[in-house]
Amino acid sequence: MSEWLENHLPKVVLAPSFIAVLIFVYGFIGWTAWVSLTRSKLLPKYEIKGFIQYERLFDSPRWDTAINNLYIFGALFIIIAMVLGLLLAILLDQKIRVEGAIRTIYLYPMALSMIVTGTAWKWILNPGLGIESMVQGWGFTNFEFDWLVNPDYAIYTIVMAAIWQSSGFVMALFLAGLRSVDGEIIKAAQVDGIPTWRIYTAIIIPSMAPIFLSAFIVLAHLAIKSFDLVIALTGGGPGYATDLPATYMYAMAFSRGDIGQAASSAMIMMLVVFAIVVPYLYSELRAKND
Amino acid sequence: MKRFAFATVSTLAVVAGSSVLAGPQAEVLHWWTSGGEAKSVAVLQEEFAANGGSWTDMPVAGGGGDAAMTALRARVLSGNAPTAVQLKGPAIQEWYEEGVLADISSVAEAEGWADVLPASIAGHMKCEGTWCAAPVNVHRVDWIWANADVLAANGIEMPTTWDEFNAAADKLQAAGVIPLAHGGQAWQDATVFETVVLGIGGPEFFQKALVDLDPEALTSDTMVQVFDQMRTMRGYVDENFSGRDWNLATAMVMNGEAAFQIMGDWAKGEFLAAGKKPGEDFLCASTPGDGYLYNVDSFAMFDVDGDDKKAGQDLLAKLIVAPNFQKVFNLNKGSIPARTDVALDDFDICANLSAEDMGSTSDAGSLLPSYAHGMALRGSQSGAITDVVTAHFNSDMSSADAVQQLAAAVANSY
Repeated sequence: MSEWLENHLPKVVLAPSFIAVLIFVYGFIGWTAWVSLTRSKLLPKYEIKGFIQYERLFDSPRWDTAINNLYIFGALFIIIAMVLGLLLAILLDQKIRVEGAIRTIYLYPMALSMIVTGTAWKWILNPGLGIESMVQGWGFTNFEFDWLVNPDYAIYTIVMAAIWQSSGFVMALFLAGLRSVDGEIIKAAQVDGIPTWRIYTAIIIPSMAPIFLSAFIVLAHLAIKSFDLVIALTGGGPGYATDLPATYMYAMAFSRGDIGQAASSAMIMMLVVFAIVVPYLYSELRAKND
Repeated sequence: MKRFAFATVSTLAVVAGSSVLAGPQAEVLHWWTSGGEAKSVAVLQEEFAANGGSWTDMPVAGGGGDAAMTALRARVLSGNAPTAVQLKGPAIQEWYEEGVLADISSVAEAEGWADVLPASIAGHMKCEGTWCAAPVNVHRVDWIWANADVLAANGIEMPTTWDEFNAAADKLQAAGVIPLAHGGQAWQDATVFETVVLGIGGPEFFQKALVDLDPEALTSDTMVQVFDQMRTMRGYVDENFSGRDWNLATAMVMNGEAAFQIMGDWAKGEFLAAGKKPGEDFLCASTPGDGYLYNVDSFAMFDVDGDDKKAGQDLLAKLIVAPNFQKVFNLNKGSIPARTDVALDDFDICANLSAEDMGSTSDAGSLLPSYAHGMALRGSQSGAITDVVTAHFNSDMSSADAVQQLAAAVANSY
C-alpha cells in the first residue's frame, strides 16, 4: 500500500489541478472556439453557422484599429522596456553605493496595479491639469503636449505608462542575469585589456540570451492582455483610437450583447499569443531533450 | 464534513422558513445605486413592503448596467432568473426571444395601461402583443441646457435652429466662453449626434435612419449635413474634453465656464442638487428642431416558478405603473412619469415642458426612441453606429467618409 502511494502520490496530488486546468482552460478554449462559429448574441447559442463572425471581425474598422494598436503598443513597449531595463541593470551593476535602495525605487512601480498607474498618468498627461498646463504656467504659453486627447498619439501615452510600470521589473530580471555571468571570464577579459563596453556586448549580453527570452515572453503576454491600463488611462478613447483587442472583446461581450463577435476576437487574440509562445516552448523543450 | 452538513441543513431551514411566509416575493435586479437613484428605488421598496410583499434587493453597480447584465446572463443560464430586471428598449424583446420573459398582460389589462401610456412607449413594453415589462419613467434626451447669466451677458436667446446655435456659439467663442460643454465619451458623442439627426433631418428622417436603419437614409445628403454639423460642433468644445464625465460638463455650464450642454434630463438633477433654479439660473429647452427623443427606464418581468413569486411579480408591476409611485419616483429622479394622467403640479418647469411635448409629439407621431441610450436599436447595431460617430468626432474624417463607414458598419453589425 505504502509503496503504491509512494509511486503514485505525485499523480494523485496533481490530478485535481490537472483536471481543473483541462476543464477551465482547454475546455473553455474549445467552448469559445465553438461559440465563435455561431450567431450568438445575448446568450450563447450552439448552432454552427461557419466563419461569419470572423468575416465581421475583419470587416470592422474598430478591430483594425485595435490590432494596429496592439502592434504599435506591443513592439514599442517590449523593445523600449527591454532596452531601458538592460541599461538600468548595467548601470546598477557597476558596484555602486546604496544599490539596494535604488533597485527598490525602480522596482516599485511594478507593485502598483495598472489601474493606479493609468489614473495617475491620466492626470499627469491631461492637458488641463498635468504637464501641459504646468509648463504653460511657467510662462511657455506655446508649449503643447496633448497626446492624451489626440487620437493619433493617444496610443503612445499608453506605451509610456506601461514602460514606466514594467521597466523596473525587466531591470531586476537583467540584473539577476548579469550577476549570474561567471566572474572569471570577465576578469580574464579585463586582464586581456578589453574595454568594458566590449565585455558587455561580446561576452555578458550574449550569455544572457535565456533572460532576454524570459523578459520577452513576460512583456509580450502583458502587452497582449493589456486591458486595465487602457480602461484607466484613456477608456479606449478619444473615440476608439486606443482600443486594444482585449477592450474590443470586452465591449462586444459585455456592452453590446454580441457574444459570437467577442468569441471570435478572443480566438484571434489567443492565436497571437500562440504565435509567440509556441516557438518559445518548442525551443525550450527541444533544448531539454538534447 | 460535519460543518458542511450543518451549513446545508441550516440553509435548508432558512429556505423552508422563508417559504412558509408565502407573501408576494420579488427579487429585483437593478443598477440604481447612486444617491438620487437609490433613493428613488427605495420608494418602490417601501411601497412593496407596505403591500405585504418581501423584496430582495439585488443591486449590481458598474459599467452603466454592463455588470448587471453579466449577472443577469449568469442567473438566466443557471435557470434561476430574478423576478424583475431593470431593462429597456429592444433589450426587452431580445430577452423575450431567448424565451425567458413572463406575461403580465392580466395586470396590464386590469390596470388599463394601454389608456394611460403613450402608444410608442407602450410598444416597448410588449413582446409580440403581450405585456412583458413595466415602464418607470421617461427621460427626454434632446435637451439643451444653458447658463442663463452667460446667455444674458452675451445677448443670446435659446437657439431654435442649428444655424442659430452656430451663430450663438461663434459669438460666445469670440467672447472667450466655451460654447458647448461636452465630455468625450462615446455615448455622449452619440447623444449629441442623435439630437443633430433629429434637428437637421426631422422626425421622419430620424425614424428612417436610426430606427429602421434604411441604407438610403444613412448615406443621404442629409446625413452628410449632420456630420458637417458635428464637425462644426467639434470646434465649439474645449480641447480638454476627452474622457470627461457628463456631470463635470454640467458643472462647467453651472459655473459659467461654458454656455450650453446637450444632455438628457438627468443633467437637471445636477443643477438642482447644486441649488440652481430652472428658468433663473439655468435654462432648459429642446434641442433645435421638432420631435422628442425618449429614454424610458423599465422593469422586464422574467419567468419565475412559485405562486409567491408570481404574486410578487404582479404586485410589483401594478405598483410601478400606479400613479403614486410614478410621481414620487420621478420627482426624485428628474424624469417625468410614463403615464400621462399624473398631475404635474409639484414638478418644475422643465419637467412640465417635457410632459407637454411628450403629449403633443405623441399625437404628431414624432415621439421617437433614443438610439444613443439603447431605446431604438439592439446593442450591436447601436454600437456600430456609435463607433463611427465617435471616430468621426474625434478625428479629421470627412463627412462623406463617415457616411460610407456608417452604412458599412450597420450592414456588418447583424
